[in-house]
Amino acid sequence: MTKDKQERPETAAPAIQLKNISKSFGPVQANKNISLTVNSGTIHGIVGENGAGKSTLMSILYGFYKADSGDIYIRNAKTSIPDSQAAISAGIGMVFQHFKLVENFTVLENVILGAEDGALLKDSLSKARRQLQELSTEYELDVDPDAIIENLSVGLQQRVEILKALYRRANILILDEPTGVLTPAEADHLFRILKNLRDQGKTIILITHKLREIMDATDTVSVMRSGEMTATIKTNQTSPEELAELMVGRKVLLNVSKSVAKAGDIALEVKDLKVTDEKGVLRVKGITFNVREGEILGIAGVAGNGQSELLEALGGFRKSQGLVSVYGHSLDLESPSGQEIRDQSIAHVPEDRQRLGLIMDFTAWENIGFGYQHEPEYSNSWGLMNNRKMRKDASNKMEKFDVRPSNIKLKVRNFSGGNQQKLVLAREIERNPDILLIGQPTRGVDIGAIEFIHNEIIKMRDEGKAIILVSVELDEILSLTDRVSVMFDGNLVGDRITSETNARELGLLMGGETD
Amino acid sequence: MKKLPTWIDILLIPLINLAIALFLSALVVLYIGEDPMDALSIMIKGAIGSSYGWGYTLYYATNFIFTGLAVSVAFHAKMFNIGGEGQAALGGLGVALVCLMFPWPHWILALPVAIIGGAVFGAAWAAIPAYLQAKRGSHIVITTIMFNFMASALLVYLLVNVLKAPGSMAPETGRFIEGARLPTGHDMLGWFGIKFSKSPPVNISFLISLLFCFLIWFLIWRTKLGYEIRAFGHSESAAKYAGISPIKIIMVSMLISGALAGLMGINSVMGESERLVIDSVQGAGFIGIAVALMGRSHPFGVLLAAILFGILYQGGAELALWTSIPRELIVVIQALVILLTGALDNMIRMPIERLYFKMVRAGT
Repeated sequence: MTKDKQERPETAAPAIQLKNISKSFGPVQANKNISLTVNSGTIHGIVGENGAGKSTLMSILYGFYKADSGDIYIRNAKTSIPDSQAAISAGIGMVFQHFKLVENFTVLENVILGAEDGALLKDSLSKARRQLQELSTEYELDVDPDAIIENLSVGLQQRVEILKALYRRANILILDEPTGVLTPAEADHLFRILKNLRDQGKTIILITHKLREIMDATDTVSVMRSGEMTATIKTNQTSPEELAELMVGRKVLLNVSKSVAKAGDIALEVKDLKVTDEKGVLRVKGITFNVREGEILGIAGVAGNGQSELLEALGGFRKSQGLVSVYGHSLDLESPSGQEIRDQSIAHVPEDRQRLGLIMDFTAWENIGFGYQHEPEYSNSWGLMNNRKMRKDASNKMEKFDVRPSNIKLKVRNFSGGNQQKLVLAREIERNPDILLIGQPTRGVDIGAIEFIHNEIIKMRDEGKAIILVSVELDEILSLTDRVSVMFDGNLVGDRITSETNARELGLLMGGETD
Repeated sequence: MKKLPTWIDILLIPLINLAIALFLSALVVLYIGEDPMDALSIMIKGAIGSSYGWGYTLYYATNFIFTGLAVSVAFHAKMFNIGGEGQAALGGLGVALVCLMFPWPHWILALPVAIIGGAVFGAAWAAIPAYLQAKRGSHIVITTIMFNFMASALLVYLLVNVLKAPGSMAPETGRFIEGARLPTGHDMLGWFGIKFSKSPPVNISFLISLLFCFLIWFLIWRTKLGYEIRAFGHSESAAKYAGISPIKIIMVSMLISGALAGLMGINSVMGESERLVIDSVQGAGFIGIAVALMGRSHPFGVLLAAILFGILYQGGAELALWTSIPRELIVVIQALVILLTGALDNMIRMPIERLYFKMVRAGT
């Protein structure tokens, strides 16, 4: 990506000015006295760890929440934004992380939805068609206006969201984590579009946790930490290391150091594995691979290409066909059970820790035994729980994994995402399994905790465990794994030795360009 | 910091809800043309002002404890068991059959078998909806409601055609023999030389219900099964991840729930009417839902809520007796309590939470 960092003249009126915005939810103060100026015609990045208050701030700007105190100025005019309708008429458009499109409507119908001119659709539709035509030539935003949304790729759906905002005459466009679901190529295209929009005078606010994107795409960047705005800097005057430090409040190592893998015997062998989802769609289309002791196999790919289903099948959560054998013992794929997996000394850190890995309304100590409640140390043959033992275990494991706060009686819901993940990891890794299945180990996890989690995974590998790591973060795959397979549309389309490949090659494979 | 202290959570908020329900009821009483304060004092005096009143209050409370516990256990597995009514009716049948079939020499022998009879019949009636939910995904709310109607029809059939005492005109069984009669509050307190009114039907089942409060608390918070039930109730997908069988948990929790509802029969059938009559449950199965909601599915909360509803029931009967206020008003009060504690709980909870945290922040 070309870096486009020449100083641009600042137009007189800033697009948005926030003054002393505060917002609290019950006892939690999500935004503390935030002041922010976003200049017109710039791409302004906002970074911060999960729970730093980025989303709350944007929700206030888009009228979802009302600030407890503070003022919003749009082009120097004090504006109150009680609801999203007011935000739209103030020229603010928002592209959410999870798209808000009607799946079985056409692009055109989605674009005019809520902005129809009258009771009859004909006029609005033909007007929208004309405007869409203009917008697409102007900003490289080509989409077939008559395509049905559910038939479009995620990248195209995102363009529809942008078109929707532009159709409503948005001058300020807010994008919340826009690249989470895109291939690297699609992300590059998105940034080209954004730069185009900026050059035409639009103002873009880009919320992300990926520092690389901030460095590549933005003009100015603001950093948030625990509800406060800690810094606003010109992007070309900072570095990823400095941003990471501002986000976390201490120095962070962005790259893990690891020795060369000493791969041993085959621990897990998968042959012609097929997984069908609830709707009867074949999501994993007969894949074959193996993992050896002492190595980390990475499964890369854009979200939704069957990796989740693969991991869930291996974890005993989902039915599958084919053969999975653990040190020569084949698993029952017809009626799988999480218990059988654990009996085979496989630990599974699921992708979705909140839905699968944890009981959010249980305390931390109750979650430490979750999945292992049959183990003799936690319950006796009469079926009585040994709660004292579980609490003691919880204290030890939470201390070892530095889970904060260290209160074992706190409900898991009240821990941050990173600490929830550490709880799951503490539980699974401390069982000392032979095989570790791990999905999106650092999704939604603070930068500070990522470092720790990566080191724990490497430590497991060095102890001779076989590890399968599924991640949509290419950086993570590249820095952690020893071998990598790319999954595309339910198939493994490329096997690489990690040290002999690069992001570019993997990115192409992720986009379906097989070798 | 993020949580309300327990006393506000489980004591103050329900009490405020209750106060609002009483206040709204007072408006209705005013509208009828009676003095609300008089009505309240008649209710309270009638329910807890004498050993006679207590005797009835605790008798009703016993029914509500069993059905409340039944709903609670199912709640922990996120099963909404609306079928307490039918399960209790069948439990009553089980108890009655045990009492009628054997020539019991003494209640000490009859009671344990009656407990088993009531539990097995109640559980069996819950088993079919549970199986349909676990295996076929038929919604438990719908099936248990239907099973209430079927239970009612089945009992009418049995009492009219099969179990009716020979020569009797009423659709009810013959009276149980002496050896199957449970000691009443009067009898039991008499053993210790304490005087207690002779007529109210409170009996040893009340003590049994207290025992079950403890057993259910132990089951839910001290056993592996309870742990799995709670885990399943909070998150079915996580439970599956942990290797907990959804089918097993649905079946087991519903069987326990049905058994508890069925146990109500030892109080109402064996303890009070001493025969099986038509509609021996009298809505207690539904009250159990309110009791479980108000008691927040905790056995101790269920106990307190059941006693409160016992007071409302007995007090309401007194009210109907001594004033022009119809007995139905008590249904209104109950409905308001259910509405406020169940459906509108957050209406009270949120402002109190805000107020509390504001005070905490001001205090620090």
